Amino acid sequence: MSVLVYIENWDGKFKKVTNELLSYGKQIAHEMSVPLYAISLGNVADQEFAPLKNYGPDKIFVVNQGFEVLDNQVYADAIVQAVEKLDAQVVVFSQDNVGNAIAGRVAARLKAGFVSAVAGLPLSISPFIIKKKIYTNKVFGHVKINSAIKVLSLSKNTFEVIENPAAGEIVNLELAIKTSSTNRISVDKVTGKILLSDAERVVSGGRGMKGSENWGMLESLAQAMHAATGCSRPVSDEGWRPHTEHIGQTGKIIAPNLYFAIGISGAIQHIGGISSSKCIVAINKDPDAPIFEVADYGIIGDAFKIVPEFTKLLQQS
Amino acid sequence: MNILVCLSNVPDTTTKVKFNGTKLETEGVQWIINPWDELALTRALELKESGAGIDNISVITVGLEDAEPTIRKALAIGADDAYRINSEAFDSFYTAAQIAELAKNIPFDLIMTGFESADYNGVAVGAMLAELLDIPSVGAVSAVNVKDGKWLIDREIDGGKEVLQFDSRVLVSVQKGIAIDPRIPAMRGIMNARRKPLNVSNPVALDSFNEIIAIELPRSKSKVKLFDPEDVQSLLDALRNEAHVL
Ligand SMILES: Cc1cc2nc3c(=O)[nH]c(=O)nc-3n(C[C@H](O)[C@H](O)[C@H](O)COP(=O)(O)OP(=O)(O)OC[C@H]3O[C@@H](n4cnc5c(N)ncnc54)[C@H](O)[C@@H]3O)c2cc1C
Ligand SMILES: Nc1ncnc2c1ncn2[C@@H]1O[C@H](COP(=O)(O)O)[C@@H](O)[C@H]1O
Repeated sequence: MSVLVYIENWDGKFKKVTNELLSYGKQIAHEMSVPLYAISLGNVADQEFAPLKNYGPDKIFVVNQGFEVLDNQVYADAIVQAVEKLDAQVVVFSQDNVGNAIAGRVAARLKAGFVSAVAGLPLSISPFIIKKKIYTNKVFGHVKINSAIKVLSLSKNTFEVIENPAAGEIVNLELAIKTSSTNRISVDKVTGKILLSDAERVVSGGRGMKGSENWGMLESLAQAMHAATGCSRPVSDEGWRPHTEHIGQTGKIIAPNLYFAIGISGAIQHIGGISSSKCIVAINKDPDAPIFEVADYGIIGDAFKIVPEFTKLLQQS
Repeated sequence: MNILVCLSNVPDTTTKVKFNGTKLETEGVQWIINPWDELALTRALELKESGAGIDNISVITVGLEDAEPTIRKALAIGADDAYRINSEAFDSFYTAAQIAELAKNIPFDLIMTGFESADYNGVAVGAMLAELLDIPSVGAVSAVNVKDGKWLIDREIDGGKEVLQFDSRVLVSVQKGIAIDPRIPAMRGIMNARRKPLNVSNPVALDSFNEIIAIELPRSKSKVKLFDPEDVQSLLDALRNEAHVL
């Protein structure tokens, strides 16, 4: 028996969430008294592996042929084979577009219960009960999984990264990899920018920012804080910002350590996308704006004055 | 070409959810087509109207009779026919497997699901359904187009997008960007919808693996700490020394 964590790479580098996933998997493996294994698909630079040992994997299995394009069918098939070979009882993915697109397929093949948006360690191992966010973060459900194998995807920022050095032996796994039928005809990506979905800090603006011409001030703040930029839905609907920055129930659901909501009223659909943030700061001139009900810190006042001042202080220190 | 759109019937997104045990209290709740599914249907209709070669758009729901107003709305805005599998959607696997059983008997070239349902947030039914049907699936889809009888599918990736082409059956889970404004049923549409086929079938005996055994309310947050607009330094200090996030 084992616990298996799928560790995703992006352009040959492991995603930041990897350490959290391993720490989480380690804790479950520990409670079940079984080893923790990780599996990586696709080409990843050698030096990426060494730091992972700190977070508890007994072995890291690597399959590096044939994963140029994300073909969920091919990826899922490989992971299913690994689960069977390694007798994994619990399979952990990251709660994101890639993790969930594969996890559902893996679970269906294995006739396993799948729980996404997992919000903590199992409440009990036998029976297996896990906490999941439902109703777009409004409440948690305690979900009992009755199948032999359990497939989970862990929400970001759910679990503390814990150092727990282990052997982390790297093993090439021989699998029969399916040939992909996915025909990719173009790729278009920005590099060098902090990704919203992966960002530890996010600076987000709403309709209170009045227009795209005022985003320079938010970008300066974001830069000073090493943050990604985001926005509320009307802002992307108006075309002030690209749709990829739209946060909320019908946009991206994020969980950064620090979220700045600037000129955002805090509609329930927006809150759904940010309520897992560790610390929320609201800057709004309306003391009754609902954003203050979910914020940890706030300033009631004019963003056009406060934001540049705050940025200046940050840059000076 | 035929498109199958999977519809989930969910509480309106502004609903303040209340529970009686593990059951949602439905009194006063407005039911809607899951927003993503509504946009998927909108895109399917746009494709059909643009002359892209779409012959038929079917919608499919696993749900009890109370889901019918939602299905009727889908027919009223333009779906050609509807299927309802008369069962509670016990869990994602059960739901996907019921749809898979039915889909074996319906000719389709594209299946569209939403990225997630607004109630259970499973992000699961689409991928599971594709696996059960043994067809490719694409998540995070922000555009679907047809060119020379092939599907052109935009997928959002971290920091950008890629375009994939499929010339056989495929399932897409759609998100933001797939269509902009959902449609409002017009009187004529509502009248027409009454004459469109709504096929009801019984569920197949199938497993479900997950059950919600308890609901936990989030801890109420401690009150917001406010700072004077003239004193942004204190906010910076708090973020550094108290919250440790800077
Ligand atoms: C089905 C559905 C799904 C939705 N999904 C989403 C979603 O995913 N994400 C989302 O964000 N919204 C979503 N919405 C929209 C949501 O209901 C709100 O309309 C939206 O979030 C409001 O955006 P906002 O806060 O930017 O604008 P507003 O509500 O207009 O708020 C602007 C705020 O700026 C403040 N302000 C103005 N000037 C200043 C100034 N100089 N300094 C400081 N503050 C200032 C105002 O006091 C106000 O609070 C959805 C709606 C529906 C119906
Ligand atoms: N009961 C259902 N009937 C039909 N389709 C559903 C049902 N539940 C979910 N779906 C589809 O699957 C998508 C993802 O739902 P979920 O996996 O629950 O997050 C939804 O957007 C729908 O397209």
